[in-house]
Amino acid sequence: MSFQPKNPMVKWVEHRLPIVGMVHHALYDYPTPKNLSYWWTFGSLAGFMLVVQIITGIVLSMHYTPHVDLAFNSVEHIMRDVNYGWLLRYMHANGASMFFIVVYLHIFRGLYYGSYKAPRELLWWLGLVIFLLMMATAFMGYVLPWGQMSFWGATVITNLFGAIPVVGDTIVTWLWGGFSVDNPTLNRFFSLHYLLPFVIVGVVILHIWSLHTNGSNNPTGLDLKEKSDSIPFHPYYTIKDLFGLAVFLIFFSAFLFYAPNYLGHPDNYIPANPLVTPAHIVPEWYFLPFYAILRAVPDKLGGVLLMFGAIAILFLLPWLDRSRIRSARFRPIYKQLFWIFVADCILLTYIGGKPAEGAYILWGRIATIYYFVHILILLPLVGLFEKPKPLPASISEDVLAKKGSAGEASNA
Amino acid sequence: MLKLIKSLSAAALLSVVAISGAHAAGAAIEYKSVDWSHEGPFGTYDRAAAQRGLQVYREVCAGCHSLEQVSFRTLADLGFTEDEIKAIAAEGTYMDGPNDEGDMFERAGKPFDKFPSPFANEKAARASNGGAFPPDLSLIVKARPGFENYLYSLLTGYEDAPEDHKLPAGMAYNAYFAGHNIAMPAPLAEDGVEYADGTKASVDQMAKDVTVFLAWAAEPKLEERKNMGLKVILFLLLLGGIFYAAKRKVWSDLH
Amino acid sequence: MTTTTPVEEDGVKRRDFLYIAAGGVGAVGTAMAIWPFVDQMNPSADVLALSTTEVDLGAIEVGSEITAVWQGKPVFVRHRTADEIAAAERDDTANLPDPQADADRVIKPEWLIMLGVCTHLGCVPLKESGDFNGWFCPCHGSHYDTSGRIRKGPAPLNLPVPPYEFLDDTTVKIG
Repeated sequence: MSFQPKNPMVKWVEHRLPIVGMVHHALYDYPTPKNLSYWWTFGSLAGFMLVVQIITGIVLSMHYTPHVDLAFNSVEHIMRDVNYGWLLRYMHANGASMFFIVVYLHIFRGLYYGSYKAPRELLWWLGLVIFLLMMATAFMGYVLPWGQMSFWGATVITNLFGAIPVVGDTIVTWLWGGFSVDNPTLNRFFSLHYLLPFVIVGVVILHIWSLHTNGSNNPTGLDLKEKSDSIPFHPYYTIKDLFGLAVFLIFFSAFLFYAPNYLGHPDNYIPANPLVTPAHIVPEWYFLPFYAILRAVPDKLGGVLLMFGAIAILFLLPWLDRSRIRSARFRPIYKQLFWIFVADCILLTYIGGKPAEGAYILWGRIATIYYFVHILILLPLVGLFEKPKPLPASISEDVLAKKGSAGEASNA
Repeated sequence: MLKLIKSLSAAALLSVVAISGAHAAGAAIEYKSVDWSHEGPFGTYDRAAAQRGLQVYREVCAGCHSLEQVSFRTLADLGFTEDEIKAIAAEGTYMDGPNDEGDMFERAGKPFDKFPSPFANEKAARASNGGAFPPDLSLIVKARPGFENYLYSLLTGYEDAPEDHKLPAGMAYNAYFAGHNIAMPAPLAEDGVEYADGTKASVDQMAKDVTVFLAWAAEPKLEERKNMGLKVILFLLLLGGIFYAAKRKVWSDLH
Repeated sequence: MTTTTPVEEDGVKRRDFLYIAAGGVGAVGTAMAIWPFVDQMNPSADVLALSTTEVDLGAIEVGSEITAVWQGKPVFVRHRTADEIAAAERDDTANLPDPQADADRVIKPEWLIMLGVCTHLGCVPLKESGDFNGWFCPCHGSHYDTSGRIRKGPAPLNLPVPPYEFLDDTTVKIG
């Protein structure tokens, strides 16, 4: 049913800007597979977190001062004096972690169900671009409170660019706007930290546009075939996503109200001091796997290349995966490999938080090698040699079969 | 959904292990553990202890350590009356001005002032303390791994150096300080202050009291935060319940 | 609008109730969540703490005035002469745009304390000038008398008197 406005006012607007029809189309006409599990909730949760971060960020910037002498104190001013300032700041700081949690789950869901395969390669690429922009935004945001970790994190990460042959030092000086991380650096990071989220919004719009062009993937990985395979997004998935949101908000609140500093680092409550480095520099938890890969190589340029390579090869995933089956449900070997890969990423996170010494170095290297072996070798090979399980004829058939077996189980 | 919950909790468990592993890194020393009244989801600051702690801070710590983020007016949180706060504030002197003649002048502190700093700047502080910089204490409880327990352990952790430990000149030995060589001499001595409420001012008691005070100084909104958290989570449970029922109802139409 | 499938009356009622409850509770939650974002723009605790100003009157000679700052705005503190007080009281019965007795504008007649913000569009009036020897606002030509009452010009109201109290003979607390 296409949208036919009855209200004359809506009609008038619709004739000039068909915006109500567009929303109507996305909610009612856009066919959504009927079998999406709760793993599909994390996409809308990521969108929700983006909005939370933008709103809390705009509000915080009303009270924050981007100057090396004032930044730390202005954050404490927010925490102590601004009405609900403590709430807004903890919301923003923990919100960044929550955003990464839902996005990581969203990415792993895509990996498990083969959501990156044709015809969704561009959708996958746009998602990776969002991920990269998120990392840049989060990194620059962490610099703003101008604590010890802010300062030294900024110093270490910007120095990575010094690894680039010939022009490295020039680029680092350009990034800093001086000869060390200082006030010009803080000012430009603040400016970019405010800008990038809106760039993310733009890419999110493209991401959703691309999604709606071919529709959502689903747990079977099958395309929509019959009319009975799909249902309208509203009310079925709006209410399902709202329930998911309520559950997620309880999780968020647990951190926000009862452990607001758990995901942070104590050193960032010490004002930045360019003359004293903290004993142990660690990035925020969401960067730890990449930090582990960086440190796995005993060479500056090599480490930097490998770290960026770890993300770059994700862009090749749609072509590296040779299997024509999308969902891991029907791929017995890939399913095992997927969970080993998840475990490997968690191991990298763990190693990234440890000092680079003793057994941690060895384990960091093993985990790094496996990360690349999984994507570059195992993934292409398993697609060629794996014997997939028989696929159901359609989404509807799969749903009915599941209902049947569930019925038997409850009867037994 | 059960599968989702299972895999999510497995991943969460592993991640928590991974992240807390990161937290524990470098913290080789086990701190003394105290049951602070402000811990836990319903914890509140022990007002009497915090008030005594303020006395310890002012009489013992304030000679070297600033508390530059804390305003006198916020002492009302700890149960001080307006007059008491005015009296405490008035003991500090502040440079103000310029006046109508264009000169700077000194005046007594007011409730809106922050605690006065003992030194004009970091260089002056180092010059007076043999090169060591006594850190600002406003956020000290949040700025050290181990938090309250670290501070309490440090304050009660002064010992004679072991035989094989070479103590540099001018340093004291502390069992809980990283590297054990601490520039701050043992700050607390038995009956170093005289408590108005008659509490015996043992080193242990003073260490606990000043830790409670500094915990409040670092996180003054802790009680408001936990209080709001309880209400928000109860509300979300209700909201989640209703959404779940509505979701069941919507999906029941689907054959 | 849509074709209704035969559903039992109870089912429809239960469903409608659930939808209304979900929408209602959701709306309440959203409204409550918005409040901190609104309230953060109100004056913060440190601003509110500065909302009173103490002024030392000892140095102000008869016939002179100082401009104190209260909540970021100028406050005129004038030590009035006997002539100024007399003129102000005499004009209590004059044709005033904003009628108010001089006695209602002061605590002690010799001390006139009022906001130095023109009630027209917020400029700061000049002292000892204008047609009534009080204040004159150069922006749009409003004339105030020796009690700070509007007498001529576009301003609608007298210069406002802030809340204040005498802490002792020579100290006044504004706010």
